[in-house]
Amino acid sequence: MSGPADYIFYAAAAMTVGAAILVAILPNILYAAVALLFSFAGVAGLYVLLSADFLAATQVLVYVGGILVLLLFAVFLSNRISGGNITNPTHFRLPAAAICLVLFGVLSYAAVSTPFAVKRGVYLPTTADIGELLMTRYLLPFEVASVLLLAALIGAAFLSRPDRGATEKDDMREGKA
Amino acid sequence: MTLDKLLVVAAALFCCGLYAVMTRRNAVAVLMGVELILNAANVNFVAFSFFLNRVMGGQIFAVFVIVLAAAEAAVALAIFLRMFATTGTVEVDAADELKG
Repeated sequence: MSGPADYIFYAAAAMTVGAAILVAILPNILYAAVALLFSFAGVAGLYVLLSADFLAATQVLVYVGGILVLLLFAVFLSNRISGGNITNPTHFRLPAAAICLVLFGVLSYAAVSTPFAVKRGVYLPTTADIGELLMTRYLLPFEVASVLLLAALIGAAFLSRPDRGATEKDDMREGKA
Repeated sequence: MTLDKLLVVAAALFCCGLYAVMTRRNAVAVLMGVELILNAANVNFVAFSFFLNRVMGGQIFAVFVIVLAAAEAAVALAIFLRMFATTGTVEVDAADELKG
């Protein structure tokens, strides 16, 4: 496959990887979050090229629309903005860079040198297939995921509520005493 | 666009995420690195699903990974806010109260 699809692939891959590198090295955590947005968008473009239309839409909705907003909330709520210090100190730069580069070399070598039994991909809509499989073959993981989401929801609400539990407990203790 | 090029892109994404996880001290930035790693795994799943006979299991798995990432981000945000309320910082080095 060569032609426009190839150029789009290279553009999406460059955007994904370049933005990911920025996420890893930008000192300002807000800028890193914005770079993460471009990385997620590039991954969505890769999904489109891989005939995963449902996943591309999910990527945009959940990652760009949900997780990134959550991360920005976390940045805003967990830094003293008034101090003007949203920098992001780092440590172990050199060993980490060495490990990552070596790992990247090994992974790339393994990916390039392994003879996969590649078949020619076809472009077909996937949403109906995914929906059918979720309701038939993957019904149990689907239900388990829903229970997990409920647990995560309750846990997040419990953890992030204002500090009321401590005082209530103290009241009970005083009442008992 | 071939399978090995996609795998190399995913490997680069993974290594960027790993670098962020290893070097960052702000917990939110560490979480960003984890999200990058999950995205790299997803790209691999979808690439294999596309190039190896269109097995839909890869895309289903990617859907579940996205669900888990969303749940993880929500719980992690709640933990960070709780940590910020108690310690006044979200640096991962500060979370050492259980150290003997």
